[in-house]
Amino acid sequence: MPIRTVMKANEAAAWAAKLAKPKVIAAFPITPSTLVPEKISEFVANGELDAEFIKVESEHSAISACVGASAAGVRTFTATASQGLALMHEVLFIAAGMRLPIVVAVGNRSLSAPINIWNDWQDSISQRDTGWMQFYAENNQEALDLILIAFKVAEDERVLLPAMIGFDAFILTHTVEPVEIPDQEVVDEFLGEYTPKHAYLDPAKPITQGTLAFPAHYMEARYTVWEANENAKKVIDEVFEEFEKRFGRKYSKVEEYRTDDAEIVLVTMGSLAGTVKEYVDHLREKGVKVGAAKLTVYRPFPAEEVRELAKKAKVIALLEKNVTFSIGGALFQDFSRALVNQKEKPILIDFILGLGGRDVTFGNLDEVVGIAQKAIAGEEFEEVNWIGLRKEIL
Amino acid sequence: MAVRKPPITTREYWAPGHAACAGCGCATALKLATKAFSEAMEEKYGDPNAFAIAQATGCMEVVSAVFPYTAWKAPWVHVAFENAAAAASGVEAAWKKLGRKGKILAIGGDGGTADIGMQALSGMLERRHNVVYLMYDNEAYMNTGIQRSSSTPYGAWTTTSPPGKYSIGEDKPKKWVALIAAAHQIPYAATASIGNAFDFVRKMKKAAKVDGPAFVQVHCTCPTGWKSPLEKGVEIARLAIETGVWPLFEIENGDFFHIKIQPPGGGAKVKREGGKVVAIEFKKPIEEYLKLQGRFKHLFKRPEAIDEMREQIKAMWKVLGVDVTLPKPGE
Repeated sequence: MPIRTVMKANEAAAWAAKLAKPKVIAAFPITPSTLVPEKISEFVANGELDAEFIKVESEHSAISACVGASAAGVRTFTATASQGLALMHEVLFIAAGMRLPIVVAVGNRSLSAPINIWNDWQDSISQRDTGWMQFYAENNQEALDLILIAFKVAEDERVLLPAMIGFDAFILTHTVEPVEIPDQEVVDEFLGEYTPKHAYLDPAKPITQGTLAFPAHYMEARYTVWEANENAKKVIDEVFEEFEKRFGRKYSKVEEYRTDDAEIVLVTMGSLAGTVKEYVDHLREKGVKVGAAKLTVYRPFPAEEVRELAKKAKVIALLEKNVTFSIGGALFQDFSRALVNQKEKPILIDFILGLGGRDVTFGNLDEVVGIAQKAIAGEEFEEVNWIGLRKEIL
Repeated sequence: MAVRKPPITTREYWAPGHAACAGCGCATALKLATKAFSEAMEEKYGDPNAFAIAQATGCMEVVSAVFPYTAWKAPWVHVAFENAAAAASGVEAAWKKLGRKGKILAIGGDGGTADIGMQALSGMLERRHNVVYLMYDNEAYMNTGIQRSSSTPYGAWTTTSPPGKYSIGEDKPKKWVALIAAAHQIPYAATASIGNAFDFVRKMKKAAKVDGPAFVQVHCTCPTGWKSPLEKGVEIARLAIETGVWPLFEIENGDFFHIKIQPPGGGAKVKREGGKVVAIEFKKPIEEYLKLQGRFKHLFKRPEAIDEMREQIKAMWKVLGVDVTLPKPGE
């Protein structure tokens, strides 16, 4: 029987790792993710998880050790955040290029400077071109589930890509919520043993991994990462379906909420989706035609689902805790790409908010909807809006 | 007629066809190192192939694994420049969980070890992974075109330590990574040279056989970067030993009070006390080593720089507990 209990997202991530039975874990402490390796250390110390836990001297070495272990053919896991993920950046490209299905739990936290330990998504969003798949959890149950799902998708032979699962710093990492821990036997059946055909370091069958490629081969190697990301779109749907059958919880790449007759759709990711759904209910009571959508999967980018969503709205408001300077948020860029050649498309408006742990309030969302309504009325609007700025200290 | 047994296995793990420069001393080092490793694995585990290699970006990486070819007949992985030791940690952990017997060989050049890979190396040694780290030391960033590293010796020309009106070339003493590795109190740390192949092979085998981490820093000539004759690689490396420039030492378990010194040869007089080498009187001046290399050519117009080099060599030997005398030419 699954165990119903309460725990923080960090603990949920550690439980997911325990259930997935990675053979090698390499991790380095960083706020707000530290509890993940702490909890895993306990599991290993108590004999509840039979894994080698390498207590590395940096995140760069954490991911490098994961690459080494994954190249040797075993399931690997690590957890990090913020500067730690930034320090891994170089090796993230390598893990994807070498097609190693490493899974990383990311406690989404801002990047310096100024140094700040609180939530936004700049850390993982900044890794969006590495070739890694990216999933974002709305709550602690999703953090656990999406890690299991990520292993399954990552290790699929049509995919063979690493994956990161983001869950918001403190809002989730340090907040206790109800979580159902699935049965080990069911997880074992769901994931199976990982026995790669492409990555091993076996003296009986020596292979060379991580070669140099000249211009005659490099581009094709990169293209396979593109192809794998394309394949992942279908595989993710299949795995979501299988997950629902086995565990009873339904996931989709883009989860819609009260969008059917919505004029304005508020699109976001992570725990902010919870706030936004609550806000949608609040506005619906006042008769405002507003809906919400959450990207559970950010890479591969679910362009098809986004196009379907776009058909329903006059305005899509992108609520994002990240920024590309002089451009706007990452979602704004990605939605623009998905819709640019559509004959009919909604107005896209970008809202940068909640950076570095700034709370996102209903008042902030009123401002968002106000701008969206002006746009519908044909009034001028800014394409990129910073919401909740304290203008008095600027 | 009896057939003489070859001094080392004829098995090859570093295959012909790699793209190293003619006369590359590092290629020789890797060939010998993998053969020695294989012998050690055969003797320890009964399986000559019981090892895998994790290698840093660098000359020996780019010349050996150019897709779709490979010079490696052993399982081999390359990740990046600074993380061979970390990647090897992961491979070793995976092997442990797979129940596989054997040892992991990590390989890096001096740049990938003494500089950018120092942190990962320290972590791997401190965590006591069952890994031998082989540093092939050609004393500069040769792969990017001969830039100085912290392992470049005093006085050497490189493209980033050019001699000039205000420069004698590299102006810092060489950093001895083997001493830093030994300070981790690992079971075994040693220096070696392609100028003494038997000593190098013996040390690689010893490193491969100890339980836990080991470190070997092997001096390798680089004709391209040292501007030295292609055919004189081994001779130059041997002169480094015989003139006192390159000490051959072993440190077990970080015991700096019982450093083992390999006699340098070249007519040097070795003085021992209680079996321990305490003094060496070298007979060949360092100029004999320097003059064969274009990278030191400018020093012959700056004799005070060569004298300074002698002082630094003496100071380094002092750290090893050995008083050395270094002759000047004609002495």
